[in-house]
Amino acid sequence: MIKFTDLGKKDTRSGFGDGLTELGRTNNDVVALCADLTGSLKMNEFKKENPERFIQVGIAEANMMGIAAGLTIGGKIPFTGTFANFSTGRVYDQIRQSIAYSNKNVKICASHAGITLGEDGATHQILEDIGLMKMLPGMTVVNTCDYNQTKAATIEIAKYKGPVYLRFGRPKVPNFTNEKEKFQIGKGILMQEGSDVTIVATGHLVWQALKAGEELKKIGISAEIINIHTIKPLDSKIILNSVAKTGCLISAEEHNYYGGLGESISRVLAQNNPVPQNLIATNDTFGESGTPEQLMEKYGLNSQSIIKSASEIIKRK
Amino acid sequence: MNINLNNITTQVRRDILRMVHQVNSGHPGGSLGCTEFLIALYFKIMKINLEFDMDGDKEDLFFLSNGHISPVFYSVLARRGYFPVSELKTFRKLNSRLQGHPTTHEGLPGIRIASGSLGQGLSVSIGAALSKKLNKDESLIFTLLGDGELQEGQNWEAIMFAAAKKVDNIIVTIDLNGKQIDGSTDDVLPMGSLNEKFQSFGWKVLKIKEGNNLEKILETLTHAKSITKKSKPIVILMYTEMGNGVDFMMNTHAWHGVAPNDEQLKNALNQNPETLGDY
Repeated sequence: MIKFTDLGKKDTRSGFGDGLTELGRTNNDVVALCADLTGSLKMNEFKKENPERFIQVGIAEANMMGIAAGLTIGGKIPFTGTFANFSTGRVYDQIRQSIAYSNKNVKICASHAGITLGEDGATHQILEDIGLMKMLPGMTVVNTCDYNQTKAATIEIAKYKGPVYLRFGRPKVPNFTNEKEKFQIGKGILMQEGSDVTIVATGHLVWQALKAGEELKKIGISAEIINIHTIKPLDSKIILNSVAKTGCLISAEEHNYYGGLGESISRVLAQNNPVPQNLIATNDTFGESGTPEQLMEKYGLNSQSIIKSASEIIKRK
Repeated sequence: MNINLNNITTQVRRDILRMVHQVNSGHPGGSLGCTEFLIALYFKIMKINLEFDMDGDKEDLFFLSNGHISPVFYSVLARRGYFPVSELKTFRKLNSRLQGHPTTHEGLPGIRIASGSLGQGLSVSIGAALSKKLNKDESLIFTLLGDGELQEGQNWEAIMFAAAKKVDNIIVTIDLNGKQIDGSTDDVLPMGSLNEKFQSFGWKVLKIKEGNNLEKILETLTHAKSITKKSKPIVILMYTEMGNGVDFMMNTHAWHGVAPNDEQLKNALNQNPETLGDY
């Protein structure tokens, strides 16, 4: 297996911005909408190159979602950009009726997801968005792990016809996936083979899982690590194949355990192969102000938590 | 098209009454109030393609935001030829394409967006209008909103946006019947002068004082079309009578979402004799 190394710290939102810029150059149907967060979403380059295809809606997310739904009628592929909190909870009914139920080809692109948004605190740190979006029939939910994967996902979802929720983050984090790797919606990626425990991680937790895997190796625990960027539809095959070998699983995500990736995996395991599972996720709580690193540590969303969890779960097999 | 719009109006009223009676549910009041308007749009005003295509390239598009008046929408679409009139009998029944509120989900020709949860149609219409502009498509977007629906805040985001961004290929009509489920709009939440509100937001405001008079509707819509593409979105304040065409359903909000019983249906149908043939 390839050993993943940090190619340099980059924010996932820049992966979105650069992917969008590329789409602007290659696909005339792509239209971008933003609710007064163009800089934060890294949409400035697209705006500069395609002023006629960039729609500034102001601080009016409900209107933005409706306009995006309408733009699809006539063949446009709208990408909406705002923070995850304002992309989901604030506009749930607009997404539900005008986009999901109406099966509109809208790409809801959500930055600053989770607690790594940091100092702004809980009003802006949504930890419920994956749950909100995965419950909508027909909605594809993607949560990317680094710059390269976010850029690839942004480009790929334009080719897919149907509503997509693309979730990414604010801070600069290690960029470690291969920039040439093709992004396949609904396909998990085996990052590291192992035999004692399966670690299934999404978003910022994938790097933490890789770090944990190295440490676990030193104490004689062989971890198989899977990068799940698509939470819905979930690649249950890669998960079931892995637990058939390891016999236990840890899910890791920057989200409440209610409604997150872990719960989706629990359903797959319960129905097919009920092995022990630990969930690394926030425990039914709101976030708070702090640096991303402090928050990930306080809420147990880092490699240390995964290592502790792995040492514990292998005894329950 | 050489057609008698009055005959269609009477027949559509019958369809509405029979549809809601059959399933003892649905919204006859607002449907009857907008019958003339939808007939004017679909039979005279809009340039449409009956071979339904979601993208609606080079044709005028209509969006119904107050989706609960689905009976009149379905009847007019069927009578215009989008789908068989006989399908009206499936309204609100299991496995029907004619859901309680309009949806694209069941693939009913003529429907381009789901509506029912109020306040969303104007934003969608603006998106479709922008799509037409990007596609250099000169055709127009027509939208109908209920008046009570204007209490939803999303409308005012959309109203601000459309004027600011000069969305001038859209004609929005407000069904001003002055009534909503809990009573008159003035009792529930007075909205003040909609004329002044829209004007201050930068819209061109037109009025149809007799919103159930086909001639007046056609006159105003024709005029509205002639003043599109002049940097301003257009709104028509259309004063209608909820329950129009059935004497006991008029002058009250009681028939907003209530179906007539057997006797009431008979009485209502007697006031609207069959013209084109019942479904």
